[in-house]
Amino acid sequence: MTLAPETTDLKVQLQVGDDEWFTVCDLSRLLPGRGVAALLPDGRQVALFRDRAGELYAIDNRDPFTGAGVLSRGLTGSLQGRPFVASPLLKQRFDLATGQCLDDETVRVRAYTVRAA
Amino acid sequence: MTATPGATPTIVLVGHGMVGQRFLEALAERGLTATHRVVVLCEEPRPAYDRVALTSYFSGKSPEDLSMTDMEFIEKHGIELFVGDPALSVDREAKKVTAQSGQVFDYDILVLATGSFPFVPPVPNKDATGCFVYRTIEDLLAIEEYAKNSTTGAVVGGGLLGLEAAGALKGLGLTSHIVEFAPRLMPVQVDEGGGAALLRTIEDMGLSVHTGVGTQEIVVDASGHVTGMKLSDGSELATDLVVFSAGVRPRDQIARDCGLTVGERGGIAVDEQCRTVSDPSVFAIGECALAADGRVYGLVAPGYEQAETAAATIAADEAAFTGADMSTKLKLLGVDVASFGDAHGTTEDCLDVVYSDSRAGLYKKLVIGRDGTLLGGILVGDAEAYGTLRAFTGSVPPVSPESLVLPAGAGAPAQLGPSALPDDAVICSCHNVTKGTIRGAVTEHKCTTVPEVKKCTKAGTGCGSCVKVLGQLVNAELEASGVEVDKGLCGCFSQTREELYEIVLALRINTYQDLLDRYGRDGAKGGDGCEICKPAVASIIASLAPAIGAEPYVLDDIQAPLQDTNDHFLANLQKNGSYSVVPRIPGGEITPEKLIVIGEIARDFGLYTKITGGQRIDMFGARVEQLPLIWTRLVDAGFESGHAYGKSLRTVKSCVGQTWCRYGVQDSVRMAIDLELRYRGLRSPHKLKSAVSGCQRECAEAQSKDFGVIATANGWNLYVGGNGGATPRHADLLAQDLSDAELIRLIDRFLMFYIRTADRLERTSTWLERIPGGLDHVRDVVVEDSLGICEELESLMAAHVAHYRDEWAETINDPEKLARFVSFVNAPDTPDPVVGFVPERDQIKPDLPLLSIGVRPLEGSNQR
Ligand code: SRM
Ligand SMILES: Cc1cc2nc3c(=O)[nH]c(=O)nc-3n(C[C@H](O)[C@H](O)[C@H](O)COP(=O)(O)OP(=O)(O)OC[C@H]3O[C@@H](n4cnc5c(N)ncnc54)[C@H](O)[C@@H]3O)c2cc1C
Ligand code: SF4
Ligand code: FES
Repeated sequence: MTLAPETTDLKVQLQVGDDEWFTVCDLSRLLPGRGVAALLPDGRQVALFRDRAGELYAIDNRDPFTGAGVLSRGLTGSLQGRPFVASPLLKQRFDLATGQCLDDETVRVRAYTVRAA
Repeated sequence: MTATPGATPTIVLVGHGMVGQRFLEALAERGLTATHRVVVLCEEPRPAYDRVALTSYFSGKSPEDLSMTDMEFIEKHGIELFVGDPALSVDREAKKVTAQSGQVFDYDILVLATGSFPFVPPVPNKDATGCFVYRTIEDLLAIEEYAKNSTTGAVVGGGLLGLEAAGALKGLGLTSHIVEFAPRLMPVQVDEGGGAALLRTIEDMGLSVHTGVGTQEIVVDASGHVTGMKLSDGSELATDLVVFSAGVRPRDQIARDCGLTVGERGGIAVDEQCRTVSDPSVFAIGECALAADGRVYGLVAPGYEQAETAAATIAADEAAFTGADMSTKLKLLGVDVASFGDAHGTTEDCLDVVYSDSRAGLYKKLVIGRDGTLLGGILVGDAEAYGTLRAFTGSVPPVSPESLVLPAGAGAPAQLGPSALPDDAVICSCHNVTKGTIRGAVTEHKCTTVPEVKKCTKAGTGCGSCVKVLGQLVNAELEASGVEVDKGLCGCFSQTREELYEIVLALRINTYQDLLDRYGRDGAKGGDGCEICKPAVASIIASLAPAIGAEPYVLDDIQAPLQDTNDHFLANLQKNGSYSVVPRIPGGEITPEKLIVIGEIARDFGLYTKITGGQRIDMFGARVEQLPLIWTRLVDAGFESGHAYGKSLRTVKSCVGQTWCRYGVQDSVRMAIDLELRYRGLRSPHKLKSAVSGCQRECAEAQSKDFGVIATANGWNLYVGGNGGATPRHADLLAQDLSDAELIRLIDRFLMFYIRTADRLERTSTWLERIPGGLDHVRDVVVEDSLGICEELESLMAAHVAHYRDEWAETINDPEKLARFVSFVNAPDTPDPVVGFVPERDQIKPDLPLLSIGVRPLEGSNQR
């Protein structure tokens, strides 16, 4: 696996352990309103987003309804101030902060802590 | 040969026209088909069809489309239908009917529904080759065939049917004349003032009208073919073809022959139960009957009522037909004419209210009783109010009559909403459906759309003239029953898509954020929007980009976050996260070299390859990071994006056309390519599909497209609003015999008007059904330029055409955009491990089990 070249800009980092942060990419790679997918060392996929206000979010990239790794490619929005992404496949929405599916209360994907450092 | 009668009593129906068919339905509804043997003798070579809509054959309806006979219905009810086998004679003593085939049927009840025959004045040579009448599908087929070798046609008779026939001849490309003996057109329906307004409009349409003259002789050449006609004023009119439409006469010969009483001027005399006055076992209904009120009705609605009455009487229920109103609305291309109730003011002491503007071809008259009751009226040039006025006939309207006929703008015209109508007002006179019944369909039967109400009540399924009022009623009723119809686009915008379009265009707003922050709902301003309005606004901005100074490239940093996934990756997302790639193949025409390139690319990248339903080739199974590599090779070989992913123009299908096909009359392939290249990349509320056929055989299926083009000997016919998919709809004819330039100009206008006014994800078919005024309104706007916006529509399209760039080529030349085409931002060379494939029929298909192996549920959550 080749990792993206480092630059001196701010980096997007995911919390993967108690005090462990995994560096994903330059902050500039995250276009507000659009997501990217990252591969974790253990094979998991994470979808990362940046909203209009500059807040960062990360949830599992796997769409639980289809199994495909596509949530990073969905359209984002906000509902009563809470950010969400709509799966590009069958359009179910997921709360970006908690991973809760907004269209089916029994479904939730994992949410990650993410920061720019 | 005698057919053995069953033990059950037998009803024999002679004539399977519109009224005969309705009678059969009424029998079935009353359970009489179960208790009786029902025999139907049908003279025409096809079972009952919609004669009222006959002329729509020339605008593309096939005889099958016109059929009113559901063979399942006939079979289910055990009806014995003998097509092409007329009744020859009736023996009333023995109660037997003899058919042409020699079969003899015993009857207990005989119902005559033989309709009318067209009256042909006894002029010399009236039967010459080239003389026709206008009554059956066979008549139309014969006219169409003969017109191929004709250049001029004349219609004898300027009544309702004559005008329809003349419009049809013009549609067939003939120079058309109308010869009317009376001093004005449509003498039965309209008065002098109305006739003058009508004349102007008809002449403006390019038809020549000769009123006040009779036809004296048909002139023929040595071989007996029509060459012209001599008129009563001494003049001669050169014509290749003559259609007689000088009125109809009841077909009562079979009744006369068996001694039934007929009226002085024809018509089988019946009582209020539609039973013949001479024989209680024999009924007569429809145009062949002389009703108890002394009239023969030449319209379908009274015939239907008679059919119901006869069926009810046979079932021993109480029913009576005591008369009906003669309201009519002309369906002639481009002219609005309606007359209803006592149009000529024959009621004693009645008064007129007239508005007339012959410059604009407008004439409106209302006939009012002394006590203010609306008795009838005539509308020429603008029959908008027909549905409402007809329903008010017989009552005192809640507003002054003047305000009902004044045009918009002149002294605040009254908007007579349907709410003002009483519950017993008949909205649909074809099926006798009242406002109360329609309200019931909404409130009790929970119908929420016009099509549902149509199905539930039958309203609007006859002549169609009431559909507009029906729509208003349904909406009013929905609103009244508390279904608060929030017409806003989504939770972020209270405006409709159309309103947002106008805002964006007028204020030249070129970013989504700006629009949201200024015009969004209160809670949505400043937020992130949602997945509904983002692509909708992205589409508006993209289609207006040059005009509002926005970046037309959809992957531009500002526009990219708004794009639906497919647009964002310029490819179609598949169920396992891979993509399909569809290069544009304009008009479906492709060189062997290009075919080979597609084959090589598909082979090299291991893509599943399929010919699509849209005359091009789809390659499936590409991973995100492969897309730019695939496009690079396609672009090098001269391909562009086919926009299979966008709400934009898909394909313009073609048939092979004149170049190769022995029937083709124009080069359909060239036109399809021209259209596809002109409108490629145009973002629209929903996808746009088109096709061009080289002749009326229609191999390209143009009438199922958003805009479809069919070649004629003189140019092109343009059809709009067609749809395949879940709710198929035949396209409507918008204009005929257009030159190349006229065709393109009209499509430019049509598409831009659609883009401007349609809702999000509303195909042209649903749009056309929804917008007030429907096709007529669209024609007014894009053909007649009634809103004065055509220049703007054309220039918006010109800007689109001038600024078009291929999105694939643009993307592969932009390293920054290319960086987005990776499965993982932190591992650009690593493919997504859940995108895998397994073999099937020598190609690949998604490895679906791989998707479920990927499950990594979060503890405590209940994932499926
Ligand atoms: C590939 C193709 C099927 C095939 O293998 O032949 C196809 C495939 C899809 N069709 Fe289709 N349609 C295809 C021809 C058609 C046709 C036939 C035609 O165009 O002549 C129709 C009926 C005609 C019509 O649209 O009026 C058709 C009616 C639909 C509809 C229903 C539209 C409607 O108004 O009812 C949808 C759903 C939608 O658009 O909302 C749809 C949606 C789709 C989508 C986009 C569904 C999706 O979101 O994944 C499919 C994506 C294809 C892909 O991934 O590449 N497809 N689809 C055809 C591509 C034609 C092309 O070259 O572009
Ligand atoms: C072009 C056109 C446009 C029209 N537009 C309108 C309109 O807008 N609104 C409106 O209300 N009306 C309109 N009409 C009139 C309408 O079509 C008729 O009122 C309606 O069709 C009458 O129905 P019917 O069943 O009585 O007669 P028809 O529909 O004429 O049916 C009678 C059938 O009986 C058959 N028949 C006759 N004799 C025999 C026999 N001995 N044995 C077996 N079969 C026999 C005939 O072949 C025919 O098929 C229009 C008519 C035409 C031609
Ligand atoms: S539509 Fe007409 S011209 Fe085109 S292929 Fe069919 S028959 Fe030939
Ligand atoms: S009035 Fe003819 S369909 Fe309703």
